[in-house]
Amino acid sequence: MELYELGLRDLQDKLNREEVSIREIIESVLKRIHEVDDKVKAFITLDEENALKKAAGLSSKESRKGQIVGLPFALKDVFCTRGLRTTCASRMLENYVPIYDATAVSRLNAEQGILIGKLNMDEFAMGSSTELSAFFPTRNPWDLERVPGGSSGGCAAAVAAGEVPVALGSDTGGSIRQPASFCGVVGFKPSYGRVSRWGVIAYSSSMDQAGVIARKVEDCALIMNIIAGHDPLDATSANVEVSDYTSFLQPNIRGMKIAYPTECFQQGMDEAVKNLVLNALKKYEELGAIIEEVSLPHGEYALPAYYIIGPAEASANLACYDGVRFGLRDYEADNVLDMYCNSRSAGFGDEVKRRIMLGTHVLSSGYYKNYYLKAMKVRRLIKNDFDQVFKNFDLIVTPTTPTTAFKLGAELDDFLTLYGNDIFTVPVNMAGLPAISIPCGFSDGLPVGMQIIGQTFDEGRVLKAAYAFEQNTTYHNIKPSLGGEQR
Amino acid sequence: MNEDYEVVVGLEVHAELKTQSKIFCSCSTAFGAEPNTQICPGCAGFPGMLPVLNRQVVEIAIMAGLALNCEIAEICLFDRKNYFYPDLPRAYQISQLDLPICQKGYLEIDLDGKKKRIGITRAHMEEDAGKLVHQGNITSSPFSLVDLNRCGMPLLEIVSEPDMRSSQEARAYMEKLRSILLFAGVSNCKMEEGSLRCDANISVRPRGQKELGIRTEIKNLNSFRALERAIEYEAKRHIEAIEDGEKLIQETRTWDEEKQITLSMRSKEEAEDYRYFPDPNLPPVKIEREWVEKIRATLPELPDQAQLRLVDNYSLPPYDAVILTLTPEFLAYFDNCLAHYHDAKTVSNWMMGELSKHLNQNNMEINDCKIQPAALARMLSLIDEGTISGKMAKSVFEEMFASGKEPDLIIKEKGMVQISDESTLIKIIEEVTANNAGVVEDYRSGKEKALGFLVGQVMKATRGQANPAIVNKLLKDCLKGD
Ligand SMILES: [Zn+2]
Repeated sequence: MELYELGLRDLQDKLNREEVSIREIIESVLKRIHEVDDKVKAFITLDEENALKKAAGLSSKESRKGQIVGLPFALKDVFCTRGLRTTCASRMLENYVPIYDATAVSRLNAEQGILIGKLNMDEFAMGSSTELSAFFPTRNPWDLERVPGGSSGGCAAAVAAGEVPVALGSDTGGSIRQPASFCGVVGFKPSYGRVSRWGVIAYSSSMDQAGVIARKVEDCALIMNIIAGHDPLDATSANVEVSDYTSFLQPNIRGMKIAYPTECFQQGMDEAVKNLVLNALKKYEELGAIIEEVSLPHGEYALPAYYIIGPAEASANLACYDGVRFGLRDYEADNVLDMYCNSRSAGFGDEVKRRIMLGTHVLSSGYYKNYYLKAMKVRRLIKNDFDQVFKNFDLIVTPTTPTTAFKLGAELDDFLTLYGNDIFTVPVNMAGLPAISIPCGFSDGLPVGMQIIGQTFDEGRVLKAAYAFEQNTTYHNIKPSLGGEQR
Repeated sequence: MNEDYEVVVGLEVHAELKTQSKIFCSCSTAFGAEPNTQICPGCAGFPGMLPVLNRQVVEIAIMAGLALNCEIAEICLFDRKNYFYPDLPRAYQISQLDLPICQKGYLEIDLDGKKKRIGITRAHMEEDAGKLVHQGNITSSPFSLVDLNRCGMPLLEIVSEPDMRSSQEARAYMEKLRSILLFAGVSNCKMEEGSLRCDANISVRPRGQKELGIRTEIKNLNSFRALERAIEYEAKRHIEAIEDGEKLIQETRTWDEEKQITLSMRSKEEAEDYRYFPDPNLPPVKIEREWVEKIRATLPELPDQAQLRLVDNYSLPPYDAVILTLTPEFLAYFDNCLAHYHDAKTVSNWMMGELSKHLNQNNMEINDCKIQPAALARMLSLIDEGTISGKMAKSVFEEMFASGKEPDLIIKEKGMVQISDESTLIKIIEEVTANNAGVVEDYRSGKEKALGFLVGQVMKATRGQANPAIVNKLLKDCLKGD
């Protein structure tokens, strides 16, 4: 196996045994990127020079103190990085260079991880295919004619293609889990408030949550140990004790109670996807878990409510892009209103504009009560549904998405279908719960993901169940062909 | 004003709260710094930044609420008020809509000795915006510059009930509100620096009518005087419109200080829809009762209490008490004078008279005054002792105000000691009566007024240094004796 194919823990072992140098690891990853990224198009910005410089700085043993010394990682381009441009895949921020690191990023830096670069995404994290990047679409390593999912599609594709072992993504309605599912990798979204949002460019502040995409569950646990925990700079960051997530990496799940909601195995489901997730549930049963069917009756209202709350918050969050202090600006305009209009018209793509308009509309006087407030009530009902189930169960399992990865361009004009892709992931964000997507099989050569949902701040049990499944299956060992022969 | 109509006024006051740092970041709140030197990515609205509530702001807002007899909310919430303007970096202002920190308070104003209670609907926390700087004026300037130093300064917006019925009441409310906020130590209340700002809601209605008339909101009232004048102007405009059968519209107007008129800014139809919604970045603020009580226990003496003390302890007229409690510094000056001098009313007269006059003329605050309270007290004692006359005292005071010198020194330097020595005075009186035989005749024939003229002549002859009481007595004796 090449170094770029290894996970963080395997690389760590090799480093500890002094079989490889940090420089070799970074070079292997960079070489891989140069080989395949022309096809995958996962990176917006590569920080090769700094990565090598950092690797050189860690050559002596005395300099190594962190938890992920010398290990490469990449970031969805929604995380602000000091001195390194942060675009959110938008023309608006095409040349924006922050003067600060997001808290999650500074924590990874403090543990001496090495940032490789910034990954593609749907513009401002609005989308499910990464086709809505203002720069270029990213491709699915399993079939280059298909999308990698989104909005953290660059993360999932890069990790699947072996360009980087782990990447931080953000998930507002499925943006980590859905692309992880489409690309056959692990995508972990912690509870709302678990990871600081400070320095993560906002889409929908009440649902945005940073998380991890990796090839192995254990690497998610390792990264979570670093990025999770209270941040005084984020008032919504939870001041709740953080466990050692690696302690949950044990395959014994005997007696664990797992629910699967009727509603998630009916409507518009791809039969193959459905059967693979049902098989996965059988696997859990074999491993000693107790499996029962339950109901989440308000799930059908989740999407409409999500597409009110998300855009409402976004309409305000994205109002700061006015061309006054940073970002794209129309210097030709001769009054301030024209400057606003021209800058924003040129800076935002169609989907971003659509959601800003939607959000502006639902907050307008006369509509606020019937849309925004009603959506907030739905949100409460959805949370109640989950609370009911969690009275009797440890975890809930659903498919991550109703289908496998779709073709590039297929749903671009049909945004309602595109929105439907998030049907199983959105309720989790509305309730603020932790959830993971892990590979559970293939349909026509495309990966299928299973979603495991836990109770608020019970990340440990989610990781444990995911790890147990991974240890007892081999899906994660199959690598994508990148358009060539599958291995 | 036309007596058939009644003006109804409600005020919205923005007071800047006195904190070290801004409401949602740790930038300094100091006034007058170079443009854009007191900003950070947070208050400048950069991507990915989040607000964190400064607890000191909540504490001070509670303090203000208690001083204004408000109920303090158990849970309050921040909302986003959305609008685009270059001085508002996030393009939304973080404010409070449905769950403000303070509600249902009141304050009392004093009108010619009669108390009137003015309701306070609510007081809520919010952040200030920055400001635009232009070359010359806004229309001719080829550019706008943005200074964000003021962005994120903590404000308390205090909204009154429409309980005021005249410009005088509105002014009294503003003065009282200012004095309460000053006494509570929650704001510097400097209108000229913008740390106290006022908008007025004005309507008029025929006397006796219950429902309110069409209301206009007047902005840009930067002084007590502007507030009074704007209300008077606006009330007159409303009444004339009603009398002429013209239709008034609900609108926002601005006070033009130069022309002393109000001008239309925007009508209700043009009013912006702020699309308020709860700010998801700021969890609801729980305010424990224990915390409120702790703060209540630290409340200093407030103007009402101080006024009672002045009336009860010193038998001062209520009017004096109101003036002396306009600012805590003024009251402290009074209290300090009384530590060195016995007669409260005399101190009060001098403070409300000469001292206030000189402060106003020089546009000074009491804290800038060079006369120490002990020095003023000493000067008053010198009058009582007969060393100087009341008239001389005025010029001594002037010199004290200008130079800060001790009164004894001034008297010595200018040779201003009062002449009370009878033999000296009798000599002068004899001269005066000899030179004014006609007037002496008048007096003797019953014209009492003539005495005043003769006293004046004696004073003139002594360059005002004669002790007038003694001159009076000696003159009478002298005129009787002959
Ligand atoms: Zn700041």
